[in-house]
Amino acid sequence: MAYNDKVIDHFEHPRNVGSLDSKSTNVGTGIVGAPECGDVMKLQIQVNPETQVIEDAKFKTFGCGSAIASSSLATEWLKGKTLDEALTIKNTAIVEELSLPPVKIHCSVLAEDAIRSAISDYQKKSTTEETPLKKVGA
Amino acid sequence: MAKVEKSTNPFKVFSKVAASSERKVIYMDNHATTPVDPRVLEAMMPYFTTVFGNAASRNHAYGWSAEEAVEAARLSIAQMLGANPKEIVFTSGATESNNLAIRGVAEMYAEKGKHIITTAIEHKAILDTCKYLETKGFEVTYLPVDHYGQVRVEDIRAAVRADTILISIMAANNEIGTINRMAEIGTFAKERGILFHTDAVQAIGRIPVNVEDWKADLLSLTAHKIYGPKGIGALYIRRKNPRVRLSPILFGGGHERGVRSGTLNVPGIVGFGKAAELVRELLPEESARVLKLRERLHQGILAQVDEVTLNGHPTERLPNNLNVSFAYVEGEALMMSIPDVAVSSGSACTSASLEPSYVLKAIGVGEDLAHSSIRFGLGRFTTEEEVDHTIEMTVKAVQRLREMSPLYEMAKEGIDLKTVQWTTH
Repeated sequence: MAYNDKVIDHFEHPRNVGSLDSKSTNVGTGIVGAPECGDVMKLQIQVNPETQVIEDAKFKTFGCGSAIASSSLATEWLKGKTLDEALTIKNTAIVEELSLPPVKIHCSVLAEDAIRSAISDYQKKSTTEETPLKKVGA
Repeated sequence: MAKVEKSTNPFKVFSKVAASSERKVIYMDNHATTPVDPRVLEAMMPYFTTVFGNAASRNHAYGWSAEEAVEAARLSIAQMLGANPKEIVFTSGATESNNLAIRGVAEMYAEKGKHIITTAIEHKAILDTCKYLETKGFEVTYLPVDHYGQVRVEDIRAAVRADTILISIMAANNEIGTINRMAEIGTFAKERGILFHTDAVQAIGRIPVNVEDWKADLLSLTAHKIYGPKGIGALYIRRKNPRVRLSPILFGGGHERGVRSGTLNVPGIVGFGKAAELVRELLPEESARVLKLRERLHQGILAQVDEVTLNGHPTERLPNNLNVSFAYVEGEALMMSIPDVAVSSGSACTSASLEPSYVLKAIGVGEDLAHSSIRFGLGRFTTEEEVDHTIEMTVKAVQRLREMSPLYEMAKEGIDLKTVQWTTH
């Protein structure tokens, strides 16, 4: 399949690859997908508890080029947004930005799921202040 | 228009073409197709222009020359298979050969029985033909294979019924390269008096193929997997012990003894004949050389990357095939990371159906590792330098993608991925 230049750019030069400390109460982690389905995304956000602004975002993705590009783009978009703003990011915007073909739309859906899952993990942690969940996104 | 050079170096035309493209992509997909050998191209050229006759034209020199060339090619192909030239029927390719063999037997022997035995890992040209026949009242048994991809003769024995008319088993698998126990299967079919067809597309030119040794009654082959042109194939149809009869699937001028009507593709046939001649001439040396390169590739990867698993049989496999899964890395992403190497993958993301390889599934490879599989197919023109370059690029790509992979990270932290509760989507 011939890819769009933006996908190739994100794939070859992924932004924000890495991990944040999932034990930190300021960090929300979302892990979505399954190895059997061919894609797993781990997306993490570090949130300023005062301002609710996402100060850092990291990802690691097992998946095809579109899945890697979608998660890379998601981390780019998340940085600097408040949690409420982040929740407005829709998979359709990712599809549009990366010109994903119909067979790759599920990659963008997964990225949106990862964002929501990371935010919900952060929110759970910041309200309970308990030890972090082991099975995020389950 | 390409001009064929009368060169002492037969590879010159080929290397010239490869060098002329902007970026040289290493071709490691010889199971999909092979380049036309320059010697084949050279043999074909006159048959497009000066010797352009219709081989069925009986009354003039143009027709006679074309017919003569066709018969010479038929002999060459028959000799490659240990067959009689009268047993070779030309088709448009292996898909047609497989259709003709299976549908031809089914219709011709329908009164004798309606049961066909094949395997779950055949090429779609076999599986879809069988599925079609199921809609026409035939019953098909799709045998499982062992975890190496070999059919067990006991399973065939157990599946045979009084009304079984055909056993169709591939000689070697196109994805994993596993070679079946052909002589054993053929002997069994003969004992039971059941016709035995084999799709030998991947085996021809890679391992010795002999219809007597295998006791094959029908055998499908195609030119483009043995450095011949695309669009020309053949079906071997046994004429003695037993004499196999087929109902045609194409009707018309009664060419090819009425089994396959249609004007013969003379340049294609001439190319096929030359390709078969080269196979006879080069096979032992070429297989040994390619096997050595395949081992170099496999060992070269294993030396630098851990958690690489071989799919298929360790020894009973085509010398040019390497199918491996790189744990924690998705196949399409890996292919994207090595744009200078042409390979294929069993990953769902590379298939039109979005399902991972049914062959890998049939041999018990988990879906996670099926998504991580890459097939390397070496060939006549593969060089040691290309193999080394492929190793280097593959290793680098796997390392980069593993650094990006959450699965790799979890595995390194000691998390058993099998116990994680994943979300589905």
